[in-house]
Parts: sequence; structure tokens; C-alpha cells
Amino acid sequence: MTAATQQSQAGTDYRRIFIDTALTALIALAIIGPIVGMNATAPQGGLVLEYRWTMVFWLVAIIAAGRLFLQLLVWNRPAWVEPIHIKRTGAAAIAIGAVALLVGLSNMDSPVGFLAQIHPSLAAWMIAFGVFALVLGIWLMTSATKEIAEARGAQTGGLMRAVEPYGKYVGVALFLIAVVLPFIPGVDRRIVDLAILMLTYVMLGWGLNIVVGLAGLLDLGYVAFYAVGAYSYALLSTVYFPLWFGEGITPWTFWLVLPLAGLLAACWGIILGFPVLRLRGDYLAIVTLAFGEIIRVILINWYDFTGGPNGVSDIPRPSFFGIPFSNDENGFAATFGLTYSPLQRIIFLYYVILVLALITNFVTTRLRKLPVGRAWEALREDEIACRSLGINTTNTKLTAFAIGAMFGGFAGSFFATRQGFVSPESFVFMESAIILAIVVLGGLGSQIGVVIASIVVIGAFEVFREMAFLKAIMPAGFDPVQFRMLAVGIAMVLIMRWRPRGLITKRDPSIYLKEKKAVSADLVAQGHG
Amino acid sequence: MAKPLLTVRGVETFYGKIQALRGIDLDVNEGEIVTLIGSNGAGKSTLMMTICGTPRCRAGSINFGGADITQSPTHEIVRLGIAQSPEGRRIFPRMTVLENLQMGAAVSDPKHFDEDLGRAFKIFPILEKRQGQRGGTLSGGEQQMLAIARALMARPRLLLLDEPSLGLAPLIVKQIFEVIRDLNANQGLTVFLVEQNAFHALKLAHRAYVMVNGRITMTGTGSQLLASPEIRAAYLEGGAH
Ligand SMILES: Nc1ncnc2c1ncn2[C@@H]1O[C@H](COP(=O)(O)OP(=O)(O)OP(=O)(O)O)[C@@H](O)[C@H]1O
Ligand SMILES: [Mg+2]
Repeated sequence: MTAATQQSQAGTDYRRIFIDTALTALIALAIIGPIVGMNATAPQGGLVLEYRWTMVFWLVAIIAAGRLFLQLLVWNRPAWVEPIHIKRTGAAAIAIGAVALLVGLSNMDSPVGFLAQIHPSLAAWMIAFGVFALVLGIWLMTSATKEIAEARGAQTGGLMRAVEPYGKYVGVALFLIAVVLPFIPGVDRRIVDLAILMLTYVMLGWGLNIVVGLAGLLDLGYVAFYAVGAYSYALLSTVYFPLWFGEGITPWTFWLVLPLAGLLAACWGIILGFPVLRLRGDYLAIVTLAFGEIIRVILINWYDFTGGPNGVSDIPRPSFFGIPFSNDENGFAATFGLTYSPLQRIIFLYYVILVLALITNFVTTRLRKLPVGRAWEALREDEIACRSLGINTTNTKLTAFAIGAMFGGFAGSFFATRQGFVSPESFVFMESAIILAIVVLGGLGSQIGVVIASIVVIGAFEVFREMAFLKAIMPAGFDPVQFRMLAVGIAMVLIMRWRPRGLITKRDPSIYLKEKKAVSADLVAQGHG
Repeated sequence: MAKPLLTVRGVETFYGKIQALRGIDLDVNEGEIVTLIGSNGAGKSTLMMTICGTPRCRAGSINFGGADITQSPTHEIVRLGIAQSPEGRRIFPRMTVLENLQMGAAVSDPKHFDEDLGRAFKIFPILEKRQGQRGGTLSGGEQQMLAIARALMARPRLLLLDEPSLGLAPLIVKQIFEVIRDLNANQGLTVFLVEQNAFHALKLAHRAYVMVNGRITMTGTGSQLLASPEIRAAYLEGGAH
């Protein structure tokens, strides 16, 4: 009797799974069909619809197979499969994936490698397979490990929670790596360039963290201050400083304009701050978003002043405190008895942005311990309570906007001098969104979180640029760079799925009592509210 | 005679077109505990917030310690010596107990901080044990204690308490009222207390006001009102004795 019931249950189960898979396929078809299946192209005159049903078929098949896999092996796991089996499978997948990846990578660039002799794009397929197996293996391993731990009743918190107590050391380690990075063997120009980019976003993230993370004011137009800083430097150094002080000033302009650019951006921060003093949440977000766009539109349209869409070019590169990085006897290399190398300027730029970012961090962590920083945090928590405690909320908000904007301005100046060229195109909403994503992913208010999130997000961008192997296996004309945002989007969804409050959720109190109360450290329960 | 510390004259407050206060006259003398009772929506919290300057009254005047504060901004009113524990406690949930107390001391001289902190911990010893814990993870009663302690950190001359007994167990309510009585008797703190818990509040207070629909309808000493049949009928019968 019982056996029969079980059988019939198992029977219905399979029917349910079948229906579920079919439904999944249908939904996938409905979504992917129009988006992927029909491609509007415009060859010579007129719009032509191009159909790509094979691609749709494969995508839908992959999705349905994945769902079936989850249904059979994860959600309705047969009783004889134990977590330890899954763990071992995961380990095997990781091993196979790693081998495939290494073999693929080592053969990728050589058209004569043994893989290429079998099939021209075999190496690329090996890489793709390796990446997939690695991801699958890691997922299987972690989920099985967690299940085993849970079965034993142990506390599980995932990787990040385990790492969090060592956050301080992570910070120190990252700092040390950052200091010596350009001199690590094997680090070439590309890596230093990437590190400069990451540090720029770290700095922007830290600046925005003051406004969004500490003061709790959702700012979607932060890129406006970046633009103000960049154009301040661009215009002052190319037009106004030579006009006011003569050409001789040029080697020094960066160092003279940097504080000015920060100051100007801070002023704009206050200008934005005043009208939005009484707004919070969504309303504030919309107004700041508009502000960011207004600045960009002004930059495009005020042709006489900003150069319009053409931007400003020939912006002076920074000098080593007055000594240019040029290949002559007055240049940096000659002065210090070195052989000239274009890398010297890049490395110098790297240290400039490193120092600027560190200053941002230092100032922010200091401010957090001062009344104004504490007031920011209190403001984020409860504005009414703040007011009833005698805090001037107007000033508190304006200082948050101003100081956040100032660091954006510094970063903008740096951007201008590094690029040697600025145009409104660099200051689109997407930039604000990326900076905000970095702050949110890092865990609002967390300094080290911003660093990790910048590395992940900017790294994800660059990794996609590097994925030449994808070109080999995808249809002709496929450009991985165009899928960068997709990668960032996926990274964001995953992080928000597993760490809904950002990578680092720990918040260090800004005040402790002296040792005699050290006992209470045990009582410091982590809240999840 | 008793020196008036806070005088409220003819105050009218509006929320848009809705009038919440309709000409309030009220005094709090130095060294007194004064309580304001009234049913839900009578306008008690509104009066308390109006004294602190948000929302602003449309008519009337408010005077504190000889200074006209009717038009002063909230943060300056607090600086003059009015501290408030607002309705619903409003502690900072993600900040630790210690940081909450530090925020309370925002307007007072930093050199008093250690002394005031010691005093707060003496009044509410549980807060010392919980000092590193996040405010939001405290129990309701602990949060209320924190809200009062935070207000005290400003070294106020007048303490405004809006429903400190809200949602608390009778034992904790008693404890908190005991603390208020003690602060008043031993440290000379003037207290203006808004309460739903009319019985306890009237027993504690020197004087009391009753508010109905934005008007003061009755006033007298605590014991007078406790004895009044109308008050008994409206606020005490069937209530918490
Ligand atoms: N921000 C506001 N906007 C509009 N109306 C408000 C606002 N705050 C309060 N009111 C209205 O003002 C009146 C008085 O409210 P108030 O909060 O002062 O009452 P209360 O006496 O404190 O009541 P309770 O005992 O329930 O706390 C109520 O009718 C309320 O609906
Ligand atoms: Mg109320």
C-alpha cells in the first residue's frame, strides 16, 4: 500500500518535472525568441529582419537542460545521492575545469599547437569548457560543504563572513601590494594602466561613499562632480593659466589646479545640495540624476566655453613636481640619471592616484570619528532624531555633498591629466551608475568593500575585453567588449543574491571605551537589522 | 514662587490645512514634572515637536528660560537646553549604544563627556553592559532607556519625554518612571512628560494638563486630576491601574 502510494507520487513527480521543464522552455522561448531570434539590420537602404532560429534553439535547449538538471539532481535529489558525493563531483569538476583551462590557455595563441591541428577553435572551446566546469564545480563544492556543515549543526556563514574578521589584514595586504605593484616582476604597462583605472574608481567610490554610504543621501548624479573636476583642470590648464600666468606655469598647473578643481566641485556639491535639502530617497535620487544630466548637457552645448562635443584636447600631462617626463636633458630620466622610458610617467601617474585615493580614505576615516562624520551616519539612520539632538541637519547634508563632490573633483582632474583629453562622453549616467554600483556592492559605508568591489567590477570589464577565446567559438562579428555590461550585471545579481547588503557588512564603531571595558567585546552581537 | 522655565502661549500648529493645535497655553516651572495626557490624535506629540521648532507654529509664542524661541531653528533650541526623547524612541539602529550616547552629547562640551557617560551608565546599568551592541538589536525597554539616556547626555534644563512607557512591560514602566522621579528629585531636572499611561503619569507629576482635539481642556495638580470623575471616566476606567 505504502509502496504503491510512493510509486504514484514518484510518477506524478516526473509529470510535474516534465511540465515544469516544458514551461521553462516556453518562457525562455518567449523571452529569447524576439530578442535573439530577430535581428534588425540595415544594409544598403531599408531595414531588414534577419532570423537566427538556430541560436534561439540552442539557448532555449541550454536553459531547459539546466532546469532539468536542477530538478532531477538538486531539488529532487534521489535519496542515494549524499552531499559528500556532490562535493566530490564538484572537486572533480574543478580539477577537470582547471586542466582544460590551462591546456586551452597555453594553446590559445599558437596556431600550430597540437590542439589547433585537431580543430582550429578547439583551444577556445577548451577554455570555455574549463571556465564552465570551474564555476559549476565551485558551486557544487560550496553548496555541498554548506549542507554537510548544516547537517552537523555548525554555523554557516559563507566565505565572506569567515573572511570578515580579517578585514583589517586584507586592507593592509592590499595596501602593501598597491605600494609595490609597479615594481613586481611581470607587471607591464597594461597592468599598471588597469590599476590606475581601478584606483580612480576606488577614489570615486570612496567619495560617493561619503554621500551615499555614510550620510545616506542617494546620489545618482555623482559623475557631475567628476566632470566639473575634469573640465576645471582641462580649461584652466589649457586656456586660463597660460593666459593669466604665462606659458612658464604649465609644468606646475596640475599641482596648482588640483586643489582648485576640488574646491570648484565642492561648490557645485553645495549648489546641488541646497535645492535637495528637504528631499530624501527616491525624490532625491531623481533630482540628482537630473543634475548629472544637466551638467553633461551644458558641457555639450556651451560650445564657446567647453568646446562642445569635441571636448578639450592637448591637456598638459603632469610633471614630476615641475620636471617633465620628456626624453631630453631637462626630463625626469636625465635629471635623475635614469634611462628614459615612457613607463616612468605611467608609474608616476599610478602613484599620484594611489596617494590621492589614500588621502580620500584617510580623510573619510578621520571624519567618521569627528562630530561631522558621526552626524552623517546619524542622519542616515534617523533625520528627526538628529534634529531633536541639536544637530544642524542642513549643514550636515551640505558638508556631505561638498566633501563627496570635492573628492570627485580631484579624481576628475586626475582623469583629465591622464587622458590628455576630455569630452562630455566620458561623463554619462553610466559612470554614475558604475560608481554607485561599486559603493552598493561593496556594502554601503564600507571602505574596504569599495576597494574589493572596484577590483571586481572594473576587473570584470577588463576580463571581458581579454576574452578573445569567445570570439573563436561565437558567430562571426561577436565582440566580447559589448557584453561587458552583461558581465557586470551578472556579477551584481549574484552578489546581491548572496550578499544582499553588499560584500562587507561589518561596520566598525567610531568609538570604543578604553581597555577596562574590553570584556564587553563578547557582547557585541552582530545585528542584521 | 516657582519660576516658569517654559511658557507656551496661544500656540496654533497646522499640518497643511489640518489644524492640530488650537491655541495652547501651558507652563512648565523650574524643577517640576508636568504631564500632558490625552487620547490618540489629540495633538500631544505635535505640541512637543512644536516646542522644538518642527513643525513651526502659525500663531502664538513659545518662551524658554527668558528667551523667545518661537522662530529659532531646532538645533539652536536644543542648544539652549531642551532635550527630547521623541515618540517611538528613534534611536540610531545601526550605531552602537555608545555611539548613540555620543550623538546625544552632540551639543554639549566634549570635556563633560566621560562624566555624563558615567552618569548615564549609573542610571541605566544595562546600557553599560550593552555599550558595544547595535541600538537596533536592543530590546524595546533597553531602547527606551537608551533614548532617555541619550537625551540626558545633552545636559538639558528641560527634558521632553514623549510616551516613554509605549509598549513596555509594567515592571519596566515602573522602573523608568522611578528614574524620572529620581532625576527630578535629586538632580533638579525639569520634565515635561507626554503619556498615554495616565494613571502612572498623574501619580508622578506635580501638575498635569489634559488635551482634547488640540485644546487644553483641564489642568490641575496630579492628584486633583487623578481624583476627578471626568478623568477617571475618560482615561482611567478599565485602564492600567
Ligand atoms: N505629519 C503630519 N501630517 C499631517 N497630519 C499630522 C501629522 N502628524 C500628526 N498629524 C495629525 O495631527 C493630529 C495630532 O497628532 P499627534 O501625533 O500630535 O497626536 P498625539 O496626541 O501625539 O497622539 P498619540 O497619543 O496617538 O501619539 C492627528 O490628527 C494627526 O493625524
Ligand atoms: Mg503622540
